[in-house]
Amino acid sequence: MSLIAPDLNDADKAVDMPAPAASPARDAWRMFRRNGSAVAGLVILAAFLLMTLIGPKLYPVDPFDIVSAPLSPPGEEGALLGTDYLGRDITAGIVNGGKVSLAVGLIAAALTMTIGVTVGALAGFYGGMVDRVLMRLTEVFQVMPPLLLAMAIVTIFSPTLWSVAVSIGIVSWTSSARLTRAEFLRIKGLEYVKAARSIGARNRRLIWRVVLPNALPPLIVSATLTTGVAILFESGLSFLGLGDPNLMSWGRMMGGNRPYMLDAWWAATIPGVAIFLTVLSISLIGDGLNEAFNPRLRER
Amino acid sequence: MSPIADPPLLHVSDLKVHFPLPRPHPFAPQRTVHAVDGVSFSLPRRTTFGIVGESGSGKTTTALAVMQLITATSGSIELDGTDLTTLSGESLRRARRRFQMIFQDPYSSLNPRTRVGDIVREPLDLMEVGAPAERADRVTELFRRVGLRPEQLALFPHQFSGGQRQRVGIARALASRPDLIVCDEPVSALDVAIQAQTLNLLVELQRDFGLSYLFISHDLRVVQYLCDQIAVMYLGRIVELTDRNSLFAQPLHPYTWALLSAVPGASGGSRQRVRLQGDPPSPIMLPRGCRFAGRCPFAEERCRREEPQLRQVAGGRSVACHLVTDSGEAPHHALPADADSPV
Ligand SMILES: Nc1ncnc2c1ncn2[C@@H]1O[C@H](COP(=O)(O)OP(=O)(O)OP(=O)(O)O)[C@@H](O)[C@H]1O
Ligand code: SF4
Ligand SMILES: [Mg+2]
Repeated sequence: MSLIAPDLNDADKAVDMPAPAASPARDAWRMFRRNGSAVAGLVILAAFLLMTLIGPKLYPVDPFDIVSAPLSPPGEEGALLGTDYLGRDITAGIVNGGKVSLAVGLIAAALTMTIGVTVGALAGFYGGMVDRVLMRLTEVFQVMPPLLLAMAIVTIFSPTLWSVAVSIGIVSWTSSARLTRAEFLRIKGLEYVKAARSIGARNRRLIWRVVLPNALPPLIVSATLTTGVAILFESGLSFLGLGDPNLMSWGRMMGGNRPYMLDAWWAATIPGVAIFLTVLSISLIGDGLNEAFNPRLRER
Repeated sequence: MSPIADPPLLHVSDLKVHFPLPRPHPFAPQRTVHAVDGVSFSLPRRTTFGIVGESGSGKTTTALAVMQLITATSGSIELDGTDLTTLSGESLRRARRRFQMIFQDPYSSLNPRTRVGDIVREPLDLMEVGAPAERADRVTELFRRVGLRPEQLALFPHQFSGGQRQRVGIARALASRPDLIVCDEPVSALDVAIQAQTLNLLVELQRDFGLSYLFISHDLRVVQYLCDQIAVMYLGRIVELTDRNSLFAQPLHPYTWALLSAVPGASGGSRQRVRLQGDPPSPIMLPRGCRFAGRCPFAEERCRREEPQLRQVAGGRSVACHLVTDSGEAPHHALPADADSPV
């Protein structure tokens, strides 16, 4: 066999033109942008975020103030979306109540992912005894009914925005721990992880800089969907009267106005629609991310 | 190859790697995969030592044990006189610059989220090779050396073909100027034309940098082209260990003979083709005597009773078979050269 000079007339050229260095993240964003429903979700969510951030300044009505007769229909008595069973302005409730939903959703999802990813990453990476102990712990949390556990935590620590968010985080991290563990088990067997160890990477680097970034796509999708679930959870707790008593929230509006559903449909339905649209937009974004990260789904 | 006076670069002795299988319930007996079960060999400096064998014979496990990427159950792995199995933590991490690996799969051996320039630079940063200011130049030089263009440094692995990716993997392995490179089937995932280029590159690099290769393959032609000495593995054990020429001219172990006869034009002048029947036994429930007895056409009563040990025979060759004599006569040598074997 003769020694062939490498390169030049290398038959083995894939991308010959100096292609722009497209990072996997940028590729995913390009895919995401082409997905109509995902972009619609992003627009809806952005609208709600904007309303929550600047709405209270543009519409400076206190959601706890009584502005007119109870249960006035939308458009009458000066209230755009009507009033609730105490005569409070529903528009003001919608504008101000989103803060609780979105804040609790984001804090709870962040906490869920932090606990879940840490537990799952350590269990999946180290295996053995570490894995057994952490998975037993996960099982303990998994068998407890989430709503009851959250209600218990909120009751013990008195309901505030933070205690509600933390309680939701504590009851919902188990599935992200399992997902992270499964991804770590899969990825740590791949050759590039062995290669990283062989070039002198320490465990910390292997976990956080090599395996975790490659496990991110499903985790980002899961974090997105977790935010939606946490918003629903918060609404559920507020609906049951376990929300922060000093803050107006969509779930609380639904719960309070529920008995008057037949006489004044708008009072409970309008905050319900707000919750629905927010959670739907987040799911659409989650699905869009999932497709953008998963090339095989794209071709369908 | 003339006999080498230097002490060998790598000396592996009685290496065993056993994997305990998870028990279905706490009272089940512990079952164990004997992936590597007592392997010994030496690798002289600046030479290539080949390991061949069927799938599941323990080649990759041997490679990973030498690389300290899995823990050896017992035995020693001496690199330049230091037993790597006794190192751990920081001392192992520091020793790693001297032994590097080229992996089998060019698609999973490069982190898809890292630019190839960084992939080649990482060993320099992590193992603190050279002054930081010189590392970028070194990466560029490595890129040129393996036949890649410096303009490609900022690309991601998915923008390359299999052969180019394997070159990135080779540059990464070269970065810390190692003495030993373990190559686990480095070309088996590539197209045939690319295989030849990559093998030529490995030969050039060996010559230029004085590298020693532990080269694993199931492709006998690749091994014949590249290796000075060859060990044939079967079910976690070396059954024959010889220099290249003797092995291909006249295999001694019946398993080697069967392997070689499956390669057109490589079976030492004889035209017989032996088709091995059945699969190797499971590495969990090992047979009592010779591990090859179930498929060996020459198996006798003694073979099923007593396990043959690897022993020296004439010509400095080693073989583990009861029926090979000390003067180097093997049972298949008596067969007519062009007859179909009775297997
Ligand atoms: N982590 C593990 N746990 C249990 N068994 C294992 C493990 N790794 C390898 N084995 C088993 O050890 C044996 C040897 O595997 P190994 O990968 O070393 O073979 P190989 O010679 O490289 O084969 P191939 O040609 O398919 O790559 C096989 O039976 C395999 O199933
Ligand atoms: S020891 Fe017996 S069974 Fe094993 S290879 Fe030799 S002849 Fe065949
Ligand atoms: Mg292998």
